[in-house]
Amino acid sequence: MTQGIYKILSNRCVAKNTFEMVLEGDTSSLRLPGQFINILLDGCFLRRPISVCDYDSFHITIIYKVVGKGTALLSKLNEGTSLDILCGLGNGFDTAKSGFSPLLIGGGAGIPPMYALAKQLLIEKKKPIAILGFNTADEIFYREKFEALGMHVLLCTADGSIGIKGFVTDAIRNTSYLDYSFYYACGPEAMLKAIYHTCSTDGQMSFEERMGCGFGACMGCSCKTKYGNKRICKDGPVLNKEEILW
Amino acid sequence: MVDTKVCLSGLTLDNPIIPASGTFGYGYEFADLYDINILGSLSFKGTTKNPRFGNLTPRIAETPCGMLNSVGLQNPGIEKVISEELPKLAACFHKPVVANISGFSAEEYAYCCKLIDQQPQVGIIEVNISCPNVHNGGMSFGTTPESAAAITKTVKSVTTKPVYMKLSPNVADIASIAKACEESGADGISLINTLMGMRIDIKRKKPILANITGGLSGNAIFPIALRMVWQVYEAVSIPIIGMGGVSSAEDVIEMMLAGATAVQVGAANLIHPFICKDIIENLPSVMQKLGISNLKQIIGGAHQ
Ligand SMILES: Cc1cc2nc3c(=O)[nH]c(=O)nc-3n(C[C@H](O)[C@H](O)[C@H](O)COP(=O)(O)OP(=O)(O)OC[C@H]3O[C@@H](n4cnc5c(N)ncnc54)[C@H](O)[C@@H]3O)c2cc1C
Ligand SMILES: Cc1cc2nc3c(=O)[nH]c(=O)nc-3n(C[C@H](O)[C@H](O)[C@H](O)COP(=O)(O)O)c2cc1C
Ligand code: FES
Repeated sequence: MTQGIYKILSNRCVAKNTFEMVLEGDTSSLRLPGQFINILLDGCFLRRPISVCDYDSFHITIIYKVVGKGTALLSKLNEGTSLDILCGLGNGFDTAKSGFSPLLIGGGAGIPPMYALAKQLLIEKKKPIAILGFNTADEIFYREKFEALGMHVLLCTADGSIGIKGFVTDAIRNTSYLDYSFYYACGPEAMLKAIYHTCSTDGQMSFEERMGCGFGACMGCSCKTKYGNKRICKDGPVLNKEEILW
Repeated sequence: MVDTKVCLSGLTLDNPIIPASGTFGYGYEFADLYDINILGSLSFKGTTKNPRFGNLTPRIAETPCGMLNSVGLQNPGIEKVISEELPKLAACFHKPVVANISGFSAEEYAYCCKLIDQQPQVGIIEVNISCPNVHNGGMSFGTTPESAAAITKTVKSVTTKPVYMKLSPNVADIASIAKACEESGADGISLINTLMGMRIDIKRKKPILANITGGLSGNAIFPIALRMVWQVYEAVSIPIIGMGGVSSAEDVIEMMLAGATAVQVGAANLIHPFICKDIIENLPSVMQKLGISNLKQIIGGAHQ
């Protein structure tokens, strides 16, 4: 983990209540897709944890949904503003487990980390398939970005306004040609649970919890696993399917 | 050159800064960030007789200028703390530590304190009496002078190291409880623990914390903590470790002027992981600016 000051290069609306922010600063503590950053905001006591959607040596891209006070504040910040950020938090996804063609399953605000993961898997010459789930058509973001990576993308909306009608698990069940070796998933807990019971292969899931620190000091985010208590922020947010107690 | 050394029951600290229990783990998360040997000391996570997972999540909620936690004393239990955590802590922190102990009965306190007393790296035993007394309808041990005195006596009878009683602020008369601890042999007083509070999610129309209530900490509680340190200083003559919302060298000076000999920093570590280092580095220049050459001399200074 590192603490640093990051400059906002852009902050734009990419879908309904959803923003993409590009930050400039030290990314040396980022090791794997699935890690997150913790952002200090003027007017909020606690930092806000947001997944890294994309990064290179000097930039971090995040995508966040406005759901409350902190994300609303974040959405109003202008280019050039500096932010105090803890970077390189969490364990991240393990791409060594993927096999040749893993499924990347993202739901809503859980989609961003799947983008960095897709890029990494493609670098490793694997053939990932993305399943992106949204509630409605106006919430859709990054569809073209995933497609531009040259991978197969299945889109579903809960109201059926675009793509497959239903949840990501409906897409998995109803797409007969899907042949996958492993899955990675991030999204609302109900979605993760449904995937856990739908997909028979091994997988990794990224979890959310309300956090005090984000780096393992406060025990605010603990959960029980098959291998004992884990802190979502430090031992997670990514857990292996087989250790999840569902 | 200014002198930042302070003395707690015969133990000399290089400076009065001690990370508060529950906000610094067993030190190693922070040892990755900076050399934690610059700290005056370190109070490790509250330890109980049996391993505890703690309360269900969500355990954290934000408040104006502060936070609520209902972690519920998650810890691996005294035996594992001694066999696994203390050796790891010793590898990165070479000064005497403050051992924070909790319990749900007098026997549990005695059991843990007796074992922790034998650990060479422990300098002070800090007895948290804010947890519910399971033999007495769940009322916290720290809420009456009688039960606080009883736990103090129990712990003192099985230990040789300095015992600091950590008081709950959720009481009507903090001074009488501190006095009862002093009369029962306490070597010092730590205060304050968190203030009981709650938040409701107005969209879900349900409490945010799974436990419903939690303990408030952070800047919001600083004036309350300061007032209580002030009152306890007037009531007792044993040293006080002051805490609650401290996040700057100026706050440290203010706590000491109210009567604290040393100061703990809690929630601020979670938001600003380098805060203790920053405070320690700023302290000399803030002292100089205020014309303070020897920190010891300002303890309780505002009472004169
Ligand atoms: C590891 C991790 C990665 C995340 N990645 C993303 C992402 O890439 N994009 C995105 O849109 N969202 C992400 N989230 C969720 C995001 O942290 C919350 O939406 C955000 O904290 C809400 O803050 P707020 O002030 O707007 O809401 P408020 O409800 O006003 O926040 C109040 C408090 O609750 C906490 N909180 C509220 N909702 C959540 C939640 N779902 N998870 C954790 N804490 C919460 C806040 O951090 C804050 O401390 C992630 C969460 C975690 C734990
Ligand atoms: C997440 C968290 C966990 C805590 N755990 C303990 C504990 O195990 N034992 C204890 O005596 N106090 C515990 N406390 C209380 C702190 O040590 C301190 O007394 C209190 O938070 C006030 O200081 P602050 O405002 O600087 O945080 C905890 C506080 C927080 C925020
Ligand atoms: S949020 Fe503090 S330990 Fe995970």
